[in-house]
Amino acid sequence: MKKIEAIIKPFKLDDVKDALNGIGIKGMTISEVKGYGRQKGHTEIYRGAEYVVDFIPKIKIEVVVGADQVSQVVDTIRNAANSGTIGDGKIFVMPVERIVRVRTGEEDRNAI
Amino acid sequence: MNSGDTAFVLIATAMVMLMTPGLALFYGGLVRKKNVLATTMQSFITLGIISVIWLVYGYSLAFGPDVGHFIGNLDYAWLKNVGLEPGPYSETIPDLLFCAFQLMFAIITPALITGAFAERMKFPAFLAFTILWSTCVYMPVCHWVWGKGGWLGAMGALDFAGGTVIHINSGAAALVAALVFGKRKGYGRDSMHPHNLPMTVLGAGLLWFGWFGFNAGSALSAGPIAVLALMTTQIATGAGALTWIIAEWKIQGKPTTLGAASGALAGLVAITPGAGFVTPVSALIMGAVAGVICYLAVIAKSKIGYDDSLDVVGVHGVGGIWGALATGIFASSAVNSAGKGLLDGNPHQLLVQATGVGATIVYSVIVTYILLKIIDVTIGLRVSSDDETQGLDLTQHSEVGYNL
Repeated sequence: MKKIEAIIKPFKLDDVKDALNGIGIKGMTISEVKGYGRQKGHTEIYRGAEYVVDFIPKIKIEVVVGADQVSQVVDTIRNAANSGTIGDGKIFVMPVERIVRVRTGEEDRNAI
Repeated sequence: MNSGDTAFVLIATAMVMLMTPGLALFYGGLVRKKNVLATTMQSFITLGIISVIWLVYGYSLAFGPDVGHFIGNLDYAWLKNVGLEPGPYSETIPDLLFCAFQLMFAIITPALITGAFAERMKFPAFLAFTILWSTCVYMPVCHWVWGKGGWLGAMGALDFAGGTVIHINSGAAALVAALVFGKRKGYGRDSMHPHNLPMTVLGAGLLWFGWFGFNAGSALSAGPIAVLALMTTQIATGAGALTWIIAEWKIQGKPTTLGAASGALAGLVAITPGAGFVTPVSALIMGAVAGVICYLAVIAKSKIGYDDSLDVVGVHGVGGIWGALATGIFASSAVNSAGKGLLDGNPHQLLVQATGVGATIVYSVIVTYILLKIIDVTIGLRVSSDDETQGLDLTQHSEVGYNL
């Protein structure tokens, strides 16, 4: 079991969600996050005063899948979130030790 | 007595009242989230403070029978001798209505200054300051210009709706306050950008609307001068909004919403002293110049480095000075026989205007400084460093603006 965390541009969220639904991914968690990488921040101007804002809004998507699905999910996210410009985000894959479904107590693959 | 004039000034009075909540929104949107209520409160509660003072002694000090051309006496205290018949200030509306109309001006003036010390003043100190400043600065200066026997009015200074009394006066006090308070904690290091600009733009809209009551209402009569004042107000304000965004577009690359709102305010301030004395074309020039010079003044503030948090000096001080001088340049006897400026062949008027500007600045700066120092040693002006970090909403009022 693996957890896939993808940081993407906020306007790409619907595309990514639809693409993941299209390959049968049944659930995900998203959060609004802020950060920066190579894209850096942006400048805001208020009455002549310029502020450099380092952290810019992004969306973090978390999906947990079986090991066999990882490459398909990563490719799907990558295709859907790609706008070809700097700041499109990153995808992280990490192992998951155990999963428990709260309602039934089912575990691991059955709980995905 | 004239029922048309009375109806008009009644409505104008209510419109000017709405400017203070408008200012609360304008300022409230410009501060950080943790200070939105405290900032709003400083404008809103002024409606309470000044209303009471005005009844007890304020109107009398400003408009009562003259003492030494400097201030009114206490004959009108508790509004004694202020009746429902026309009085010394108008032949066509009740004396009490003139008093109510002037009350709204007395309210917004100290509220304007709050932008200079936003986000760091103790609430009790603010209450003391508002009472003392209104009593020791606003009421005398108001008497000088508008009171019967006041020395500036007697000299022939033109101030149609309060450019000197309200804007230069509050702008000068704001400069002193910004210097006495010092910078906000983290100024120049932490981000202090406005937390809700739509609120600020809404506030600017309410100010613009109320300003028709302020300027046109100052004619005290539903006649041609009120019409002139309404139109010059509209033209100058539109022009100010445009030139401010053009200037920032040129200099910084983007036209901003806050720039449009600030430019409109600069135009409103600039046309205030001349609204009933100049032609609409002169108003265009007055507003257009105001948008640019107020923008430059605000930029200069960042370079000089004093923390006039919400730019009271740049907009009200600089815009007010420009407006007062421009009135001396553009006042035209063709539209209002009461005023004749430089371009109308009366260069002396410009000198009189400059005297009014200078005297108001000097008086306001000195007395404001003394008042702030007195409050600082007695109550203490500034909240503690911890309270400032936590925000004034929670530490001064035990509430927060947004529970989302």
